[in-house]
Amino acid sequence: MSDTDNWKIWEVFVRSKNGLSHKHVGSLHAPDAEVALKNARDVYTRRSEGNSVWVVPSEAITASAPEDKEALFTPADDKVYRHPTFYEIPDDVGHI
Amino acid sequence: METINFEERFQEYVHSEQKVEPKHWMPEPYRKTLIRQISQHAHSEVVGMLPEANWISRAPSLRRKVALLAKVQDEAGHGLYLYSAAETLGADRADLVGDLLSGKAKYSSIFNYPTRSWADIGAIGWLVDGAAIANQVMLCRTSYGPYARAMVRICKEESFHQRQGYEIMLALCKGTKEQKEMAQDALNRWWWPSLMMFGPTDKESTNSAQSMNWKIKRKSNDELRQEFIDKTVPQAEFLGLTIPDEQLEWDEKTGHYRFGPIDWEEFYHVLKGNGPCNKERLEARNKAHDDGRWVREAANAFAKKTQERKGEHSAA
Ligand SMILES: [Fe+2]
Ligand SMILES: [Fe+2]
Repeated sequence: MSDTDNWKIWEVFVRSKNGLSHKHVGSLHAPDAEVALKNARDVYTRRSEGNSVWVVPSEAITASAPEDKEALFTPADDKVYRHPTFYEIPDDVGHI
Repeated sequence: METINFEERFQEYVHSEQKVEPKHWMPEPYRKTLIRQISQHAHSEVVGMLPEANWISRAPSLRRKVALLAKVQDEAGHGLYLYSAAETLGADRADLVGDLLSGKAKYSSIFNYPTRSWADIGAIGWLVDGAAIANQVMLCRTSYGPYARAMVRICKEESFHQRQGYEIMLALCKGTKEQKEMAQDALNRWWWPSLMMFGPTDKESTNSAQSMNWKIKRKSNDELRQEFIDKTVPQAEFLGLTIPDEQLEWDEKTGHYRFGPIDWEEFYHVLKGNGPCNKERLEARNKAHDDGRWVREAANAFAKKTQERKGEHSAA
């Protein structure tokens, strides 16, 4: 394969409507950001799926490792006091 | 820790209906099976554009033409979503495409049949997309996350494909005697190859059990085929067309249609590369790839130039 077939991978994020965040929808290949944006429009928004697109080189994303899942995320599991239901308020108080 | 433990844990994990994501540990055969299946699926979407593209310039009205163009463009998109999903497993798209172009990789045999008349475009949308949808709806629940997500997207887009095909058939069946004959002829030619799309019978299908166990597949080939037949027969009746199977019969007891034997020899014949259009499809795909080279080169040159200009600016 020649180098013309080895464009880098970009991750595509689409905002479906104003007021919502951009959401990851997939990836594509492109030689630069400009073409990536054009391709993203053609590949991921053919049916008015969005009004704003971000493209990010895949290599620019740093992800947590699946092996670290426990170390990173389980400490939150036993902290029930971070949730409103932990606190007992008599019904008589009304909505609080 | 031993590998066996990892594998058992993996099996438990998928059986509890949890999704596998790209960086998770997975058995090598699971990864390989997925890369093969997803890339074959991607190739099928891409090659699948060819039989239909044959009729874009000859569509009978502007309405039909824009619909067919949009459908074929969707199939290109489906190919791209699927190549992306395969890449999350560590495959390289250039290698996958290379295998398609060299003839090493397989794609769905259905696309090695010719599109002789406009009615074939109707039959493809109705039957071929219909069969593909049955398979793809199942795959929306496949155990590999990126594949499942691609399928959800694809299924949303597919339903228009089948409807536009059925609408073409409907128009022909309501038309002149010749038009209705054209529709019947297309059904005659596409019916059996469409049933073959689901693959060999469960008895013959060696990889199926493992795929089901990994929750890659959720239904067997025979189950999907039966579902498709049960759904499609009444649609043919509505069109006033006859399914080319003398043994086709409603079975009160099972609540399913019984159908005649499938010619598996034909299936393997086409699969081995001896179908009516295998050679033509591969040549067309290679030509398209070669003809597009200058576009890729131009985009590269432009990207390089823009990069250099940026460099000059920041240096100044
Ligand atoms: Fe498709
Ligand atoms: Fe389709």
